[in-house]
Amino acid sequence: MPRASEACIVGIGHTAFTRWGGIQNKSEFDLAFEAVLRAAADAGLDPAAIDGFTSFSEDATDPALLQVALAAPLLRFSSMVWGGRGGGTCGALAHAVAAVEGGYADHVVIVRSLCQGQTRRYGHYFDRRPHTNFVAPFGLFAPPQMMALLVQRYRYEHGLTERQMAAIALACRANAQDNPAAVMRGRPLTMEAYLASRMVAEPFRVPDCCLETDGACAILVTSWARARDLRQHPVRVLAAAQGSGPHWGSGPLGSHNMPLENYGGCNVEVVAEEVFGRAGLRPADISVAQIYDHFTGLVLLSLEGFGFCGRGEAGAFVEAGGIDWPDGRLPINTAGGSLSEAYVHGLNLLIEGVRQMRGQSTRQVKDAQTAFVCGGTGVAPGSAAILAA
Amino acid sequence: MTMPSDSSYLPRTMPPVRPDMADAEFWRHCNARRLCFQRCLACRRFTHPPSVTCPFCRSPEREWVEAPPSATLFSFTFIHYAAHDSVRASLPYNVAVVAFPECGNVRLVTNVIDAAPGDLTIGMTVFLAWECHAEGQLLPRFRLAPEAGVR
Repeated sequence: MPRASEACIVGIGHTAFTRWGGIQNKSEFDLAFEAVLRAAADAGLDPAAIDGFTSFSEDATDPALLQVALAAPLLRFSSMVWGGRGGGTCGALAHAVAAVEGGYADHVVIVRSLCQGQTRRYGHYFDRRPHTNFVAPFGLFAPPQMMALLVQRYRYEHGLTERQMAAIALACRANAQDNPAAVMRGRPLTMEAYLASRMVAEPFRVPDCCLETDGACAILVTSWARARDLRQHPVRVLAAAQGSGPHWGSGPLGSHNMPLENYGGCNVEVVAEEVFGRAGLRPADISVAQIYDHFTGLVLLSLEGFGFCGRGEAGAFVEAGGIDWPDGRLPINTAGGSLSEAYVHGLNLLIEGVRQMRGQSTRQVKDAQTAFVCGGTGVAPGSAAILAA
Repeated sequence: MTMPSDSSYLPRTMPPVRPDMADAEFWRHCNARRLCFQRCLACRRFTHPPSVTCPFCRSPEREWVEAPPSATLFSFTFIHYAAHDSVRASLPYNVAVVAFPECGNVRLVTNVIDAAPGDLTIGMTVFLAWECHAEGQLLPRFRLAPEAGVR
């Protein structure tokens, strides 16, 4: 039995998800508000009781305006994960846990709203990247291209086939078919269609890249003692951690000068040690994983970097069905993930981790006891969490 | 020594170099057709991108050392979509990461301007070739074979 002060997840909520440009009648703020209301309703909590707000990736939602919209009398905690963009998903969870367990707030909501149709498409040039002088004049404009270089190097060092990358795209797309909210529901993907699909940046094809979508997600965290009065079975956070190895600030989004020996990796080793160490678990103890899938190739690198597979073994693991629901050793991204559900900077992956621990997924893993979730990889700082039923 | 030709691997309507306090000297060296990296006078490590202090030992004592005119292809990709309008007519184009073994394996993002898909293999040697970019800035790009008349 957890101690009364332990933080746990009691509410999840999200808006409709559409392809980019699909939501025109509501602003990013409106969607953030809607997601928070849904998370509160899911928890059975009066939304005015929310007194803490956290986000990541420079989310544009202003917490004080959210407090106004919620008619909440108190704002006691407000934070933003500093740096790492999509790497901050579980970092925001770490902030929420720390705030609740430290007594800085009673009910903290993690929120991320992202309408690429209203702001900018993430697959396109963005002039505020680090070291942009050393990438943009050479035509290295966006993450699909930047991360392709890591996977090309990995392919050179360890070997990697297009069918192995396809296995990830196909697994996520198959999972999305049972998820009513998934943008790619009703659009199944076959190996033949994958192999015939358009190349984006070698080795990535269109189905290797995450969606560009509109939508928002929210997750509510409170203490185990307060959770007793709420509606859902609380989900424990065994660990949430942030981290980076050295020199990744000059990594793939910048000048590609992260350490030579880590180049074909995705900078998750520090987070892996921290999150498994805090939880007192090993990768083999995980029942289901939600692995940040901005690109299929980075999922492979994550499976190895977090210790689910040995170095150079992830391709064979996924090709043999290791990540497939329901029979794989480690089903992943059971709602479709960023590749096939929606791209809300990974917060939808964290929501699906919570559903798995509640037994509410549309592709529930039988008897799942622990869920692993990670934020964006190949960036700095990254983050990860381990949840328990 | 030949002047950079008017034609360029990628159009000059692409984002220009906007030198800042840390990297202005790098770009000035480029305009003098010298590809230079910083070396720390304290720990002797080469580093890139340019920084005011050494990212290994924090020493502010740095020197600029000219790199050899060849490098090792460390990774590359051929890009098939226009993430910026300027490259629409250039597809597919390559972006390469090249390493300088004689300079502590610092890496530079660049292009191999005479390489078609299928021509590139990680580990191959590529040769420095200057090209003129927006606002007259020279960019260090690379070729499969050394330019005639260049070392």
